[in-house]
Amino acid sequence: MLAESGKLDRRELTRVLLEDRGEMAVIAGLGAPAWDITAVGDHPLNLPLWGGMGAAAMIGLGLALAQPSRRVLVLTGDGEMLMGLGALATIAVKKPKNLSIVVQDNEHYGETGMQETATKYGVDLVAMARGAGFARTMSVTKPDEVAALKAAIHAGEGPFFAVAKIDAASKKLVLPPRDGSIIQNRMREAILGPAAHHQL
Amino acid sequence: MDPNAIDKAPDAAAAWPDQIYDLLKKHGIRQVCLVPDAGHSRLIKRCLADNEITVTTLTTEEEGIALMQGAWLGGDKAVLLMQSSGVGNCINMLSLSHIHRCPMPMLVTMRGDFGEFNPAQIPMGNATQAVLEAMGTLVRRADTPEDIAPTVDATIRMAFNTFRPTATLIGQRVIGAKTFGKD
Repeated sequence: MLAESGKLDRRELTRVLLEDRGEMAVIAGLGAPAWDITAVGDHPLNLPLWGGMGAAAMIGLGLALAQPSRRVLVLTGDGEMLMGLGALATIAVKKPKNLSIVVQDNEHYGETGMQETATKYGVDLVAMARGAGFARTMSVTKPDEVAALKAAIHAGEGPFFAVAKIDAASKKLVLPPRDGSIIQNRMREAILGPAAHHQL
Repeated sequence: MDPNAIDKAPDAAAAWPDQIYDLLKKHGIRQVCLVPDAGHSRLIKRCLADNEITVTTLTTEEEGIALMQGAWLGGDKAVLLMQSSGVGNCINMLSLSHIHRCPMPMLVTMRGDFGEFNPAQIPMGNATQAVLEAMGTLVRRADTPEDIAPTVDATIRMAFNTFRPTATLIGQRVIGAKTFGKD
């Protein structure tokens, strides 16, 4: 699971976190997390985002509130999370038991030329989440911590927030469907059944 | 309502805040998200008192666009309540509605619109309709109390029947501008 840099391999981490996912819905922030969840196996319960930078955590909240008995994972990057930090306060106040947020932190804007993000300079997203009121958080840097991270996502009580420090190297581009209406409506059908398309 | 509050709330006798609440119930709205506005204060109270509506107070209005996307994924209908200044915070995020064809109804109380006292409200108030329409939102105005309920009804219907962002702008003429006795 380690890259040559000694940091976690993002795609291997994603594969492990989503293995045996059951009915869990996954929202992936735009860019590499969206390619990652697609590379490890496209799925009707995946919403890989093509845009809306800063939206991933709040989309997760809206879904978690609508489907309180279903686990919801937001998998996103450090740049995307930094753009929507207010969501940490909003989510901490609502305390959705079924929502987990995992930031794959490579300390760079990977889609735009690998410019450094604030986390490269020590901005601590886990401390921000704790300050907002997240009672359960993790900071993951080593392979032997990933099992506990996976357990928290799949079986722990939310809201849960974690940062996993990952290797910055880009991986093979694996693109999800580009028509967002398909991505949205296949998830709605997977959750709501055929009524998803007839609801008024 | 705090008499020293800078924003003005609707008169206690005004029927339209309760009419909007009744429309939310009629259309089966399950999630209401908002950045507070005095114009919506009574509607917000009614929603908070309703156990079948989940109210989420946002730190910025663009969070509400994302929240409506998530609610729709999970089968909940949602609306966003905000003041016209908050519309400016939503603009890029409205692309989510077009990317996914997600219904996103917005109920906007206007400032900087009719007899405004505060210079800071004018730039965004004057631009509200133009920027919403530039992002493909169907915008309808209500400038009399009697117009509000039918316009909100149409805004909610057009969002959920045609899968796009829609907005009712409740004109400042309806609520009136506060002047601090300094006309």
